Amino acid sequence: MKQLTILSGKGGTGKTSITACFAVLAKNAVVADCDVDAPDLHMLLHPEVIETQQFKGAKVAVINEEKCVKCGLCKEKCAFDAITNDLKVDAIACEGCGVCTVVCPVNAVELVERISGTAYISKIKYGYMAHALLNPGESNSGRLVTLVRQNAKTTAQKEKSDIIIIDGSPGIGCPVIASITGVDAALVVTEPTLSGIHDLKRALKLLDHFKVVSFVCINMYDVNVDNTNKILSFCKENGTEVVGIIPFDPVVTESMVNGKTVIEYSPESGVSKEIESMWNKLYKRLL
Amino acid sequence: MIISVASGKGGTGKTLVSVNMSLSIGKVQLLDCDVEEPNDHLLLNPRIYKTEPVYNLIPRIDEELCTHCGTCSKFCQFNAIFVSSDQALLFPEMCVSCGGCAIVCPEKAITLEKHKIGVIKFGSVENLALVYGELEVGKPMAVPIIKAVKKQIERSENVILDSPPGTSCPFVETVRDSDFCLLVTEPTPFGLHDLKISIEVLRRIGIPFGVVVNRAGVGDKKVYEYCEQENIRILLEIPYQRRIAELYSKGIPFSSEMMEWEEKFRALHKKIAELT
Repeated sequence: MKQLTILSGKGGTGKTSITACFAVLAKNAVVADCDVDAPDLHMLLHPEVIETQQFKGAKVAVINEEKCVKCGLCKEKCAFDAITNDLKVDAIACEGCGVCTVVCPVNAVELVERISGTAYISKIKYGYMAHALLNPGESNSGRLVTLVRQNAKTTAQKEKSDIIIIDGSPGIGCPVIASITGVDAALVVTEPTLSGIHDLKRALKLLDHFKVVSFVCINMYDVNVDNTNKILSFCKENGTEVVGIIPFDPVVTESMVNGKTVIEYSPESGVSKEIESMWNKLYKRLL
Repeated sequence: MIISVASGKGGTGKTLVSVNMSLSIGKVQLLDCDVEEPNDHLLLNPRIYKTEPVYNLIPRIDEELCTHCGTCSKFCQFNAIFVSSDQALLFPEMCVSCGGCAIVCPEKAITLEKHKIGVIKFGSVENLALVYGELEVGKPMAVPIIKAVKKQIERSENVILDSPPGTSCPFVETVRDSDFCLLVTEPTPFGLHDLKISIEVLRRIGIPFGVVVNRAGVGDKKVYEYCEQENIRILLEIPYQRRIAELYSKGIPFSSEMMEWEEKFRALHKKIAELT
């Protein structure tokens, strides 16, 4: 079983639209939406949930007001400024580390479990999907990403699927790291803007750091052809293969508005053709 | 006044709005809190006059003193320390730097050591003071760098914070204690979906907010319908125009080429001041 992660560094370059097309093209794939704090893939793939799990992320500190002697030690020792001036726990800032429970002289603080989100395993038209939703303002998206990936893996084994396609989140921090560890390859979707190029370089460096084979796709290449050429020559120097160069086309947004992947909505468009050829290349490289 | 600019979905135009608004309102401090992928400096080309390292604290276990009792490992909620009968293993990438292991160790065998996880940079362009953070590639924790950037806030100034995408810890850390949060969205199903999640978080932490619709004209009308139903103010619309996209791609703030926009961003800032 192979695993491919779609990343970008910069947000909004088209990760999710491309991942959804790959799901259609791969036929029997398991797709994992690892952008757990702003997941969008379900709007194109319409999963029917077959299994739901509660995600218990970090715990949260609770102060027993009756026991508390207002000494303020918990506030002083908290590394996350999670105890307010009137000595209450700010549940959003609390990391659940438990330092307050050990420094409290009267044992007035304890850690309790909290539900930080929900994970799902679903059926989609073209296979299966593992996804999740982090509750608003909760932390620990990295751990939830790991849970989604485990779900994707067990589903792929059960359903004899040979590929897991992972939609990552923007950035290069903890949830992104959790979505690339141990994968067979990653596709970085970029755009020909200065930000796109800057963020592409950092994403490639991250993949290199974790020894993941990387490929590049330039989306909306015709917004700035000079920058597209810069990306091409950078990738050439870097030894990174550019597997797709996709034109800007309003049909992508149109298909999104219609709740469809662009491959389903407009199979004959240039965008769809290019995504299909990109998928064929990637699939060959992966196997 | 501290205004944070956030979005939920990535790539909706946070950087575009932050930079152009900052350039339109005179003396301002702009803090780029998207420390994983900071971009504000690409549009501003500031003169960088100072770079400071950012550290987090990671335990160091003195093997001479350690009796492998396992108290630290039992305490650690993040599985960052594993203790067997003859050794203690540390997984620094799991550590959140709470310092609890050093407190609970009965042998005082644990000290906390500084580990560099990134930098913050200071730059300026005319009236604009820019501070931005940069997480070292491969390091997972963005929040300590966001905190280091936010420490530079000068309360008496006009402050604008450019938030990272998403709705979890880095976003929350950025928008926390700002006077107003400007949510930049695009009129598409993805834009609306992630806008709703961001609004839920902002309501939970109690920060007033308003919406900027970027790339107006693409997609559908659902963002507008939602905002009307929920009584949410749309404070500015930026139309989808090839010219704006092209200028952005070259790293040019569009308000400096399309002068009418300077006035619009100034008016936006004034409107927010009236609302807070």
